[in-house]
Amino acid sequence: MKTVEEIKAAIEAAVPGAGVEIVQNPGPAAQHSLLLQPEHAVDVAKFLRDDAELALTFLSNVTGVDWPDKEITEKVKVTKMVTKTVDGVEQQVEETVEEPRKRVEPGYLEVVYHLYSMTKKHGPVVLRMRTKNRTDAVELPSMTPVWRSAEFQEREIFDLFGVVFTGHPDLRRILMWEGFKDHPMRRDYVEPDDYDYEPTAHDAVLAKATAHQARIAEQKGAGQ
Amino acid sequence: MSASATRQEGWSKAPAIVDYGEGELLEVSMGPHHPSTHGVFRMDVTLQGEQITKLKPVFGYLHRNHEKLGEGQSYLASMPYTDRLDYICSLTNNWAYALAVEKLVGQEVPERAEYLRVIVGELTRVQNHALSVGFLIQDMGASGTPLMYAFKEREKILDLFESLTGSRMMCNYMRFGGCRVDATPAWLDEVRRVVAGLPKFADEFERLLCTNEILMARTQGVGVLPAELAMSAGVTGPMLRASGVNYDIRKVDHYGIYDRFDFKVPLGSHGDVYDRFMIRLLELRESIKILEQALRDIPDGPVMDPKAKIRNFRPKPGEAYGRIEAPKGELGFYLISDGSGNPYRYRVRPPSFVNLTVLEDMCLGHNVADVVLILGSVDIVLGEVDR
Repeated sequence: MKTVEEIKAAIEAAVPGAGVEIVQNPGPAAQHSLLLQPEHAVDVAKFLRDDAELALTFLSNVTGVDWPDKEITEKVKVTKMVTKTVDGVEQQVEETVEEPRKRVEPGYLEVVYHLYSMTKKHGPVVLRMRTKNRTDAVELPSMTPVWRSAEFQEREIFDLFGVVFTGHPDLRRILMWEGFKDHPMRRDYVEPDDYDYEPTAHDAVLAKATAHQARIAEQKGAGQ
Repeated sequence: MSASATRQEGWSKAPAIVDYGEGELLEVSMGPHHPSTHGVFRMDVTLQGEQITKLKPVFGYLHRNHEKLGEGQSYLASMPYTDRLDYICSLTNNWAYALAVEKLVGQEVPERAEYLRVIVGELTRVQNHALSVGFLIQDMGASGTPLMYAFKEREKILDLFESLTGSRMMCNYMRFGGCRVDATPAWLDEVRRVVAGLPKFADEFERLLCTNEILMARTQGVGVLPAELAMSAGVTGPMLRASGVNYDIRKVDHYGIYDRFDFKVPLGSHGDVYDRFMIRLLELRESIKILEQALRDIPDGPVMDPKAKIRNFRPKPGEAYGRIEAPKGELGFYLISDGSGNPYRYRVRPPSFVNLTVLEDMCLGHNVADVVLILGSVDIVLGEVDR
């Protein structure tokens, strides 16, 4: 079995401008993955499937992962003029201070594909694709025309994560019902307020009950 | 007995769709409350006369977002939840999850625990295959008798599980780095006694079913799945091997200690319902062979790695995909760790969910009555399809 670096080189030789990056896996499993550019992903997938040496005919697992916006607080060195009293005289002095600065790293939705070969009996080769953001640019190319096994699994990711697969033959919700609005596997998913009365509420149920009663009172207040 | 020895001539052709001309199409919703669907499962079927022209599986009635539950609790706390995925084979679910976490943290498993895993895993396979064949025959209309033969044997195996793990079906037996409790010598003797009786059961079952004329007429040439489609659709397990593709993860990945045992991978040649039925019976016999070898060779020793971390279990950041050959096909777990006590992402790759992808392709052109058989031969459990 080729290493990830060799597979990357083979892809770049076969699909010019594919722009594949290697994502290192620091864990002991060491299953490193290849990050594909969505524009070239289908060509790369076809190459991986049809290449005589790789022959990755079996797409085993398709998964979505949600990476929300990350707020990072970091210390930045800033040079600025500070008024200071030196030797009894007030002066403007240049000084370098560390200032905390907040920066938001935009989140994205990620789709992970685990490929094996049924004829060569090797694997896994892990592919990843990332959407531009988590709100409006969530399109990724579908792998269903290349491997049929992506059909239901991509529908599941569409249903639970909200990734829209372009080129999928039948993109509908699969586990949730039609007409359901949100995507439950997203990390910022809020459960609907479907509190049922319980006589001895405690812990999480008590918190849910309190929130529910507060919301009811608020609605009543707004109605009057 | 091989699959091809008992094949009738002239049955191996899938029917073509007959055009009834201007006839009306009829839409039928089979399920969710239908005894043949093995749970709460629906098929939206479009019929032309008796023939299927379109079939869309509809599921999710049992959906409880198992994966989200897994993200909200510690690694170990998900172990009893995995029992509820494929509730027929809880021990292989435990094994797949333990294997994935062991890959994630680089944990070794002691020798005796590996043998115990093989023993309980293969017992699970025996009872699953016996049961799925029994249910298939039940779907065919042979009410009771063959199913009760299978249940009788399954009951003996469930009794073994109960005396080892404390529970008949929700076993919760494996841990990261071994097994929860050790087996006593008396338990192993009991397993030897049950395993010694299994070949007799297999003989009896095969004599009863394999050459039954009605069974052959109903199943041969029905629901053919070509090998190329099976590979492309990611079909795994007995269904894939019935289509003639030699792919058994026990042989490919050599996970656990499977390379020490001498066993064969039975292959079908037609890929129809009959081949799937036969493959399960033949695999049952191979499992008995593995069990005999494992029971002969099992060493003494600890069942938990003493260095395994139990409290404050926090894997280093990273990810791992671990998979095993569960009785229904490839069962995989994909875990991403961000260094905390809960997995950042916990994904189950259920075999019967993916195997259902080709249900429509297998059913097109067949009669409504055959859909029940074809679904029965896929061997689904809704606990893991819906998750």
